[in-house]
Amino acid sequence: MPHPIRRRLPAYAPVLTLALLALATACSPDQYPQTTLNPRADFARQADDVFRTTLWLAAGVFVLVEGALLLAMWKFRNRPGAADPVQTHGNTTVEIVWTIIPAVILAMIAVPTVQTIFRTATRPGPDALQVEVIGHQWWWEFRYPQLGITTASELRVPVGRTVNLEMTTIDVIHSFWVPAFAGKRDVFPNRFNDLWFKAEVEGNFPGQCAEFCGIQHGRMAYRIVAVSGESFDAWAGGFNAPPRDFSADPAASALVKQGQALFTAKGCIGCHSMYPALPLIGPNLHHVGSRSHVAAGTMVNTDENLAKWIQHPQAWKQGVLMPELGLSDDEVHAVVAYLRANQ
Amino acid sequence: MADTAHAQVDEHHYTATGIDHRKLAIWTFIASECMFFASLIGTYLVYKGRDVSGPRPHTEWLLNGRMQEQILEIPLVTFGTSLLLFSSFFVVLALSGAQRGNRKALIGWLCATIFCGIFFVGMQVFEFTHFYHRGMGYTTNLFASTFYTLTGFHGTHVTLGLIWLTTVLVVALRGKLPPEKSLNLEIAALYWHFVDVVWIVIFPVVYLIR
Amino acid sequence: MATTALEHAPPDTHAATGLWSWITTVDHKRIGILYGASAFLFFLLGGIEALVIRWQLMAPNQTIVGPETYNQLFTMHGTTMIFLGVMPLSAMFFNFMIPLQLGARDVAFPRLNAFSYWVFLAGGLLLNVSWLFRAAPDGGWFGYANLTTRQFSPGMNIDFWTVGLQILGIASLAAALNFFVTVINLRAPGMKMMHLPMFVWMSFITQILLLLAFPIITVALVLLMIDRTFGTHFFVPSGGGDPVLWQHLFWFFGHPEVYILILPAFGIVSEILPVFSRKPLFGYAAMVFSGAFIAFVGFGVWAHHMFATGMGPFADAFFSLATMIIAIPTGVKIFNWIGTVWGGRVEYKTPMLFALGFIAMFIMGGLSGVMHSSPPADLQQTDTYFIVAHFHYVLFGGSIFGITGGAYYWWPKMFGKLLDEGLGKLHFWLMLIGFNLTFFPMHIVGLNGMPRRVYTYSAESNFELLNRLETWGSLLLGLAFVVFLWNIIRTTRSSQAPAPADPWNGATLEWSIPSPPQEFNFPKVPQVHGRDALWEMKRERGGSLPEPQRVDGRGIHLPNPSFRPFIAATGVLITLGGFIGGSHLWVHLAGLAVLLYGIFSWAFEPTG
Repeated sequence: MPHPIRRRLPAYAPVLTLALLALATACSPDQYPQTTLNPRADFARQADDVFRTTLWLAAGVFVLVEGALLLAMWKFRNRPGAADPVQTHGNTTVEIVWTIIPAVILAMIAVPTVQTIFRTATRPGPDALQVEVIGHQWWWEFRYPQLGITTASELRVPVGRTVNLEMTTIDVIHSFWVPAFAGKRDVFPNRFNDLWFKAEVEGNFPGQCAEFCGIQHGRMAYRIVAVSGESFDAWAGGFNAPPRDFSADPAASALVKQGQALFTAKGCIGCHSMYPALPLIGPNLHHVGSRSHVAAGTMVNTDENLAKWIQHPQAWKQGVLMPELGLSDDEVHAVVAYLRANQ
Repeated sequence: MADTAHAQVDEHHYTATGIDHRKLAIWTFIASECMFFASLIGTYLVYKGRDVSGPRPHTEWLLNGRMQEQILEIPLVTFGTSLLLFSSFFVVLALSGAQRGNRKALIGWLCATIFCGIFFVGMQVFEFTHFYHRGMGYTTNLFASTFYTLTGFHGTHVTLGLIWLTTVLVVALRGKLPPEKSLNLEIAALYWHFVDVVWIVIFPVVYLIR
Repeated sequence: MATTALEHAPPDTHAATGLWSWITTVDHKRIGILYGASAFLFFLLGGIEALVIRWQLMAPNQTIVGPETYNQLFTMHGTTMIFLGVMPLSAMFFNFMIPLQLGARDVAFPRLNAFSYWVFLAGGLLLNVSWLFRAAPDGGWFGYANLTTRQFSPGMNIDFWTVGLQILGIASLAAALNFFVTVINLRAPGMKMMHLPMFVWMSFITQILLLLAFPIITVALVLLMIDRTFGTHFFVPSGGGDPVLWQHLFWFFGHPEVYILILPAFGIVSEILPVFSRKPLFGYAAMVFSGAFIAFVGFGVWAHHMFATGMGPFADAFFSLATMIIAIPTGVKIFNWIGTVWGGRVEYKTPMLFALGFIAMFIMGGLSGVMHSSPPADLQQTDTYFIVAHFHYVLFGGSIFGITGGAYYWWPKMFGKLLDEGLGKLHFWLMLIGFNLTFFPMHIVGLNGMPRRVYTYSAESNFELLNRLETWGSLLLGLAFVVFLWNIIRTTRSSQAPAPADPWNGATLEWSIPSPPQEFNFPKVPQVHGRDALWEMKRERGGSLPEPQRVDGRGIHLPNPSFRPFIAATGVLITLGGFIGGSHLWVHLAGLAVLLYGIFSWAFEPTG
């Protein structure tokens, strides 16, 4: 009787080859902006080192053990006229050996694991940039107590300076996740958790909530923007000015003025603060015009997207606290122009 | 409860260990119940002292601007505890009566057991009512919720034990508990001992440790 | 407390038929079939939920279902597969096979067994009735507080979940009690604990886990239900409650639960491999002790589900090392299975293919598990699709492959007909390929940053290609089960000759009696002298045994059918069902009345 595996192999080989090819091209982490495999800060790099050690050991074990299984399946397949197998019940020496070998391999993982646990548990010094991270259903708020800044959905950090995150939530459990720079840390009500990292390169990276937190968990994202130290200071300095009042500004267009009036008249201002130091229940919108993304990091900040979001927030993000205000197309354009002017 | 497979042709229940199925089952059930009460006691201990407001079990607390005495009243409960402990002893005497075929001892001691159990449950009802009148509702604070839940679940177990023992008593009164069927009382008694032992843990954890 | 009746009329040897006979049955084999049929339907339902999930995730920003429905789908998919799929499918084999492998005529408490089934069915139906109210549970199978408290989940969704799982817990505990006693007390004369077939051993350990783990989830669910119903603050932060306590209670149950799901499959595979390798299980004692060790240490690793909560370096290190230690006995098991095949004469029948597929897939699941036993790595991997890939390799590649292998292996014993080998092999290959196509890419997409439990993802994340692959794979998986269904229907309708008592040259006692067995299983209780009892008997008789004849069971003592377990189960359903949408006192009282009637009439019913 032909061996079933050998007989079947050609039937699915092309499918498998195609799948493997697709996988191979899909494997490179460079294509994935949110990847954990391209660490760009010290914290993530340490985690990645442990992961890679484990991965290679696991790959070796995988090849050996699956190989042994396939070999046994092939070598001891039933052949016509084969004699009855010897009725062995076990072999103490062999069993002891294959208890010890995994223990040794595990020790090779355990040692760097414990070292890294304690290394990443150290607290950064006082010169670290402090950021308070507050989870909301379904967006992230960031406060810089040393700078008096409150912002939302975009965490801006300087390269080369340790950032220390003190994190909590005002409602349910969320998990703050910075794939490029560090791992995850859950945030709990009435409790502060921390996480730190020192960004190594500039860039704009995505992150998102990693603990299921209700209907819009899937669209609770944010951006983390690492910039040079000077650039960061300039950005922070921009917050010293109060929000611009366009109503009295001769340089402002009529559309922007109309937008500012609507922002008040339609009640946006009840939840969204334009003052950098004043947090309200909705995301702070100071500088919103210059953010790369809107709608909790889920839409690129184009005029078109911003209009779509403001006009029908419930269509994009069902269940979000922001109501449908029933703005007309013209009104939305005005509000978008006003927000865009807040650079 | 009397639900054994007559797996053998002979009238004797065959069991591989010689232990009756029901006896083994009640022991197993008790092991499982231990985890149940361990979780409740664990919850009580985790939340001990983490209340946002009073009442407090062992210290004074503030209600409407007036200081209140600690809420727990230990003497009454100590008395109830001792009765529950005695009941464990009584049920052993009742079982011994049942095994010897001494109907008088069986019924007398079983009545004593049930009486002690009823007193204990009554004490708990009184205690709960009293606490409620002193301003401790079920949801008042964490202490109230964990206390009522833990002791309430224990009280429910005592009540179930009482229903069980009373059923056995009725059977005994009808003369249907001959010595060869004393196991019917023995498994109820095992459960009753367990309920006592749990209280022996709960009593110091809740009432004695400050 | 009731009397055990001693005198009985001779039992009716003609097996009763009709609906009433199924409602009142106390025959472990029929109850096993009931478990299997219900669980398989629930399993298909969970599978359909998975297919809708895959359809939604096939491309970015899709709106096949809205976020509300999606959250209900993934919650119910997990809850269904765990509590209504894998666990009761294992229970099917516990019921049908444990007494047969022990050489017993039934379980220790036949009516309690019926009660377990009806309570299980009640819980499963209650959970799924929620769909009709458009209020299916939506808090995840782990139901993390404080999201699941009344403030953040005001609907009936979570009520269905807390009540449904409590009811299922009662069913599991009653069944576990029953099988624990059965294994200890109903072993055939001469069968020592270290002679037990490996399936019985692994099932026995599973019962211990059930007995010790389910009370904990019960407490957690009760506290959450009380919070939601009466306004206490066990998990409400504003009143001092701590949502982290929920996580500890949940995972203190949840991790042993993982072994509850996989150990029976370990047992099934340990039955199949020796039979089709024609060689005893390699290292029997090591297999028993590694299983027990896994279960024991399994109670000390729960917080590895919580590395991201920030427990501090000492707790992280402890739970990490404890978790790694579990890999050692698991490795021993895998090596012993390969050792069983090694030197054998392997026959590639369908059950054997599934058993070998189980080993191959479980190795993958085990290795990815070791990867996130390391907290620094886990901080990146937790709550991503990497974890989804990992536990599907363990629970689908492991449990479901094992259970499906068991279904092919024991089908002739349960239904008297052999499933078609050709279709069986097609089923296997479709399942193996579909499974890997669905779940292998999840490793990659997870490591590249795709979180779990999201109802959609952005186009710029670039997750689309891999997700498409997964969706196509899931269709193949669905097709595999269509083939299985077709195989079942064809076999059932076919006029093939009844299966022989021992189609595979089995090693255990269930193969010594006709297929399907008669109501009393064994006309004469077997005497056992060692492991692999049937192989031993065959060897003594010089190779094979005569085909056993169906006999008149006159004089064999069997328990009478009873409808009381069904009544008591209904009482449980009504009593706890009264907690849906708030507490309804009259419903509780009505339920309690039914329950008390059921229990008392049961207790004083003469057992037959």
